[in-house]
Amino acid sequence: MAMNAKTKSKIEVTLIYLFLAVMFVVIAYPLLWTIMMSINPGTNMLVTKMIPDNPTLEHYLWLFTDPGSDYVIWYKNSLMVAFANATGSVVLTSLIAYAFSRYHFIGKKYGLYTFLLLQMFPALMGMVALYILLSTIGLIDSLVGLTLIYLGGQIPFNAWLVKGYFDTIPKELDEAAKIDGAGHLKIFWTIMLPLAKPILAVVALFNFMAPFMDFLLPRIVLTSPEKYTLALGLFNFINDQFSNNFTRFSAGAILIAVPIALVFLLLQRYLISGLTSGATKG
Amino acid sequence: MAKDDRQTLKKPRNIATLLSILVPGLGQIYNRRFGKGLLLFVIAVSFLVTFWDYIDIGIWGLFTLGTIPREHHSIQLLIQGFISVIILVFGIAIYLFNVKDARRDAIAREHGKPNPGLFRAMQDFYDRGFPYFMILPGLLMLIFIVVLPLAFMISLAFTNYDQYNSPPRKLLDWVGFENFVNLVNVEIWQDTFFNVFTWTIVWTVVATTLQIALGLFLALLVNDKRIKFKRMIRTVLILPWAVPAFVSILIFSALFNPTFGAINRDVLSQFGMMIPWLSDPFWAKVALIMIQTWLGFPFVFALFTGVLQSVPADMYEAADVDGGTRLQKFRFITLPHILYATAPLLIMQYAGNFNNFNIIYLFNQGEPAVRGQSAGGTDILISWVYKLTFETNNYNMAAAITIIMGLMVSIFAFFQFRRTAAFKEEGRY
Repeated sequence: MAMNAKTKSKIEVTLIYLFLAVMFVVIAYPLLWTIMMSINPGTNMLVTKMIPDNPTLEHYLWLFTDPGSDYVIWYKNSLMVAFANATGSVVLTSLIAYAFSRYHFIGKKYGLYTFLLLQMFPALMGMVALYILLSTIGLIDSLVGLTLIYLGGQIPFNAWLVKGYFDTIPKELDEAAKIDGAGHLKIFWTIMLPLAKPILAVVALFNFMAPFMDFLLPRIVLTSPEKYTLALGLFNFINDQFSNNFTRFSAGAILIAVPIALVFLLLQRYLISGLTSGATKG
Repeated sequence: MAKDDRQTLKKPRNIATLLSILVPGLGQIYNRRFGKGLLLFVIAVSFLVTFWDYIDIGIWGLFTLGTIPREHHSIQLLIQGFISVIILVFGIAIYLFNVKDARRDAIAREHGKPNPGLFRAMQDFYDRGFPYFMILPGLLMLIFIVVLPLAFMISLAFTNYDQYNSPPRKLLDWVGFENFVNLVNVEIWQDTFFNVFTWTIVWTVVATTLQIALGLFLALLVNDKRIKFKRMIRTVLILPWAVPAFVSILIFSALFNPTFGAINRDVLSQFGMMIPWLSDPFWAKVALIMIQTWLGFPFVFALFTGVLQSVPADMYEAADVDGGTRLQKFRFITLPHILYATAPLLIMQYAGNFNNFNIIYLFNQGEPAVRGQSAGGTDILISWVYKLTFETNNYNMAAAITIIMGLMVSIFAFFQFRRTAAFKEEGRY
């Protein structure tokens, strides 16, 4: 009987490992394939090989050195939008979340529900109006306009998230500070913000990454190639009928994916704990 | 009786209220708070002087959408109308504040409290107004970047704005529910709408459920005590989430390409099969669901892995004592616990896939084309809206469909509300 249970357990464990191994292959195959494509010479996809005969870094070099390549500009654009978006979103949402978590004011309850509803509406639904609005104030084809849309659009979700986290910080702390004579902003600055660092880091990270991953908004807002962000520029590598250039795209994509993936893997623990504590306690 | 009425009317609080209703700031001056009264009066006057014309035209435009073709631009009038409404709401808020403020000061005076000095008054104003100052910047951005565009889109659904009828050449008109009626009555719209709608539902339910099921299954497997190298396994399983989705989708779109893609060329050719992944609607849908499962399961996996560790161990021990089977333990302890903790995020997964424009558009632009309908074979509602807007300029229909999508999304939101309400009863607030 005991022997039996032991064999059964062994079979089970083997099956689990087997299943995980299959998953590993499914996960790794597309990623490895892309890496291999990026070191295949030429652009003809019909002659590419999983393991190229003469691997080359020509595509990477092209991205950085060829005068026809805007890759570095796109990288710079994306970084600028990402920094502005990360800082701006932390400032905006932490102010709102502080008010919602600690104060009573007219419209507070319905404001929260509105956030919950609005966060589910994708930006695309209002795209026509955004386009017209941006063109009337001259911010079409501008990175500032793009950043503004990102900043406004992230408010409902992140305010909700941060508010949920602020709620977990004991009220006794700010009441004690109030007795000591601290003002509204001082409490916010010296008590709430330091204690909420984990969730603010999550918000900053999310909003830093968003411009690197989003492709739709830039496609609608940005028109000239020197204003493109990375996602849009890369999409055009393979979308342009005249330059169906997957090998070059692979090289460019790897150079974005690797840093983002690394940051993600390092910080995903905080992401998860931030999400669960913020969203479920909201 | 009549004397009583006159008495109440004569009470300072009512006189102050009445005066501020008539002229903003006058009630405050009656309360002998001259600085504040003057300030409110100046604000009211400058508000009227600055915005009167704009609001006048805006509200007129909102109702008529212009009367002279080429001279009046219906779309600009529409937007001006909405902005006017927003300004008006802010104006009314200030006006109401003025009335309430006059009444409050008058009541304080009735109780014999002396008027505060300038510094004290500023302090009070700052204290009371603080939460409003905090939300103001975000609120303004939210109104202009999220709410205004949504309102505009909703209103377009009730106009006749399409590629043939567009300003400045033509004027737009309000047409009531005509677009919605066309959507279900005119044949070409009817068929397309029905097909796209059903596929959107199938897509949302199947793709999301698969990614949740796979994520849950893997989380349970890796959580097993007998499994070693947990950290390494988890890192690999999270990889698809870490790689930017637009990159992975474009990679998959190449992998599934029937001529050079590796799936047909390297994998399926071993079995002598060639599947038309991009040109056959059915196989394109299968491919999309598989890709979304690949993209979406790691988030659920990571989420469940986090929550699994918080299931109290003594519950399992108690179940062991009672001789509970593994399935029973999962069914009655694990599942309720993790679903309870993650339900809002799971609902958001469904809502997210319902609106998952990126994968549909990046994989093959919603293609393949289908005869006799204005959407591609894999188009979901949102990608169809995108095409109607930016490719064929059928703004009115795009807007009507957007409203239907909005209603669907509200259903998801309703479940979110209920979840949050449940938490509120627990006294989280």
